[in-house]
Amino acid sequence: MIVESFVFYTFSTVLLLAGVMVISSRNPVHSVLFLVLAFFLGAGLFVLLGAEFLAMTLIIVYVGAVAVLFLFVVMMLDINFAELRQGFLRYLPVGALIGVVLVAELVMVATRWGLSPMVPAKAGSPMPPTDQVTNSHALGHIIYTDYVYLFQASGLVLLIAMIGAIVLTQRHRPQVRRQNISDQINRRAEDVVQVRQVPTRGGI
Amino acid sequence: MEIGLGHYLTVAAILFTLGVFGIFLNRKNVITILMSIELMLLAVNINFVAFSVYLHDLVGQVFAMFVLTVAAAESAIGLAILVVYHRNRGTIAVEDINMMKG
Repeated sequence: MIVESFVFYTFSTVLLLAGVMVISSRNPVHSVLFLVLAFFLGAGLFVLLGAEFLAMTLIIVYVGAVAVLFLFVVMMLDINFAELRQGFLRYLPVGALIGVVLVAELVMVATRWGLSPMVPAKAGSPMPPTDQVTNSHALGHIIYTDYVYLFQASGLVLLIAMIGAIVLTQRHRPQVRRQNISDQINRRAEDVVQVRQVPTRGGI
Repeated sequence: MEIGLGHYLTVAAILFTLGVFGIFLNRKNVITILMSIELMLLAVNINFVAFSVYLHDLVGQVFAMFVLTVAAAESAIGLAILVVYHRNRGTIAVEDINMMKG
């Protein structure tokens, strides 16, 4: 129990510090790297909660794909980030005000909420005991049965995102000569090769 | 001291507020705004998983997985739009993005 508290407080403190660094870092590459740290610590909190499958998915999807995409875009685009940072201090008061209001509201909600006694009996998919079924097994059982249509729909969302990103970023430059494969395959020897009888000392 | 649901909700609430704060703080930089949105989505996912575990209901984790999917699609499309916009206009400053304004 002591260990759990220690791990929770360590992870959440570093997570919040990484969040602060993401939004306040001067160099956007550092921001992306702190975002990676934040996702690792979020995955650590998920493991602490017992949601191992989501923790691993978070690391694979975010650290493996999204953060690398961010890093790629930050490094590929030639942007003057110092210019973009102007007005940072001008927006600080209004941002801080809205942040304080939001925190106050969330604290008010967090201190006053309560669960209906009906809730535990109405679980949509009750969690099986963790010493018999692992988290990944339990999730797989319901994803591929009760939620199979939503699961397929989320795959469709990813497919559309992939097609959209390719269509958006692909460009045709007219001055670049490209390989035309069907022309190459349709080329016949009789169309392009001539056999001539060349007279001796005459030439063509 | 026992770590309960309230602890996780507090961490998620502070992280969500940091995300909102980041959007206001970096109003000119689209990339940092997208990163702030990712932070907010992480906070929402922590909320979903914490409730799912403490109510012994797996639906929360399924929903968190769908949130993850949509977040990945959103950042891919957002960054693709950003790359195209930078190629066409040479800038990504938010106040310069006003071609659609009447």
